[in-house]
Amino acid sequence: MDENTRAIVQGITGRQGSFHTKEMLECGTKIVAGVTPGKGGREVHGVPVYDTVKEAVEKHDANASVLFVPAPAVKDAVYEAIDGGIELIVVITEHVPVQDTLDMVNYGIKRGVRIIGPNTPGIASPKVGKLGIIPSRVLKEGHIGMVSRSGTLTYEIAHELVVNGYGQSTCVGIGGDLIVGTDFIDVLPLFDRDRDTDAVVMIGEIGGSSEEVACEYIKKMSKPVIAYIAGISAPEGKRMGHAGAIVERGVGTAESKIKALKEAGAYVVRRISEIPKVLREVIGK
Amino acid sequence: MKLHEYEAKEIFKEYGIDVPKGFVTSNKIEKIEGPVVIKAQVLVGGRGKAGGVVFAHTVEEANRKIEKLLNSSIKGEKVEKVLVEEKLPVKKEYYLAIVVDRVEKKPLILFSTEGGVDIEEVARRNPEKIVKYYVDPLREFLPYMARVMLKDHGLPSQEIVKIADVIYKMYKLFREMDATLVEINPLVVTEDGRVVAADGVIHLDEDAYFRQDYTRFEEYRKRENLPFAYVELDGDIGVIGNGAGLTLASMDIIKEYGGNPACFLDIGGGASEDVVKKALEKVLERENIRGVFINIMAGITRCDEVARGIVEVLKNHPDVKVSVRMMGTREEEGRKILRENGIPLEDSIEKAAKKLIEMLEE
Repeated sequence: MDENTRAIVQGITGRQGSFHTKEMLECGTKIVAGVTPGKGGREVHGVPVYDTVKEAVEKHDANASVLFVPAPAVKDAVYEAIDGGIELIVVITEHVPVQDTLDMVNYGIKRGVRIIGPNTPGIASPKVGKLGIIPSRVLKEGHIGMVSRSGTLTYEIAHELVVNGYGQSTCVGIGGDLIVGTDFIDVLPLFDRDRDTDAVVMIGEIGGSSEEVACEYIKKMSKPVIAYIAGISAPEGKRMGHAGAIVERGVGTAESKIKALKEAGAYVVRRISEIPKVLREVIGK
Repeated sequence: MKLHEYEAKEIFKEYGIDVPKGFVTSNKIEKIEGPVVIKAQVLVGGRGKAGGVVFAHTVEEANRKIEKLLNSSIKGEKVEKVLVEEKLPVKKEYYLAIVVDRVEKKPLILFSTEGGVDIEEVARRNPEKIVKYYVDPLREFLPYMARVMLKDHGLPSQEIVKIADVIYKMYKLFREMDATLVEINPLVVTEDGRVVAADGVIHLDEDAYFRQDYTRFEEYRKRENLPFAYVELDGDIGVIGNGAGLTLASMDIIKEYGGNPACFLDIGGGASEDVVKKALEKVLERENIRGVFINIMAGITRCDEVARGIVEVLKNHPDVKVSVRMMGTREEEGRKILRENGIPLEDSIEKAAKKLIEMLEE
């Protein structure tokens, strides 16, 4: 996401879609069109609405899309966006069936389209705007890259950073589902190359092994990574709110993630208040 | 959502996968044809080792054992039904499963000739004994793919076709029924050459409820319909938050200060006063609750709604220790409501958690 991002909102006429379009516009995001099948010709907060992604892309040269469509319609909408020529798709919707996510994520990979989510608050870059629902007031322009599987916990940590004088270059929510289009390992190299980012705060949680997989990259990363893992007190076999937050057959424990991250050279903290302290030690300022 | 073994086997039958002859019951039985295996229908793992699977040769023996099982609990789960099945003439036991691989982002078929045992144990000790096959979900899965996988693993010709057929049907089921896990352990090859699913585990994706009829399954029917996410835990401090990650972090901090969470309760985004009330009432339903930790980072949620919900419930529970931390939308209004009602409020998670633990220690 950068100055050249020209986004559409799929599901723009819904309550969530309309509300967050306004919010995205207010923080400077270029929202060039909206799509709701059957509602073409309207306007939402001054944004023209079309029936198809194809029209929206043709008329406005859009290259990104944010989805607020209901879960049963997400697969259809993501395929439409990919086939319509969109390059970056952010799926905010929660409760998308896993089989649908498997299909659309694999289709995205095949067509070279980046999908973020589902079940993500999206991405925000205080300098250029946001695609999604991360509240603008919790962020401040700065040089910390944030990447997280969670929503409100991310806001909490962003707030903790801001009150301690650290702003964000970009904040990426990768989503809390079993399968997500973009993982930690996909985001870390982008931060490593980003000239605006000095250090990365990574917020993981129990379930799966995307934190362990990311360690492969952390080992060779040039910038420091400070990691916090939620769910150290969670029992095995129970789904803790997020579809993906479950320790199954011994896989996905907080201990395993913390151990792997430490071995890979990340700074792992047990309390949120330690994050700015560690930042002060490793990057100063 | 987990299905009971007998439910999984009903589905296997619908898909043409051979299962042992048998029936599910909560009563005594009248006759058996040959030796039977009696299996407690519980959802906890390690049922066999906990005594939930027994054998019988006569009707009397079967009834004695059925009665005993029906009056027992296995790892804390009450046995309400048993599955009575023919005892198979086992020649070989294999392992077969389809899971969602979170790293490769593909369905993954797992097969092993080491069936009937704990597969995690096999994975640790002899990982080469487990074959993995990633399925491209964008392509049609055909039986030849399974045949190649089995042939490469050295299975005898006469078994390949039958087992590949089971895999093909299993994959179809996995996709069509919105499963997240289908497991057959053991998949039995009998003395007379049948390939039979002797056990069955199916997990279904509840997010697909809009296109599936899940009401036929016990777990779904039993479900309480709560307007929030609730997981019961074994401690004595209730934990309420908004958002899964934040609620998890709140549990962790309670634990960090020496407390023990009694639940995970995520009120979600934009919860009304009524939802907050129901949430707190749900937590206080249990008698052993000594304290409640409430942590709200309000975006679309409003602190004043939350505060009003808390105050309403605590009127009826004056003895419960509560510590609240909240910030964000309508924070001042919310704080005021709590202050006027004498409810402790802190401005950071850590301070609020510490405060609660201190109050409980007094």
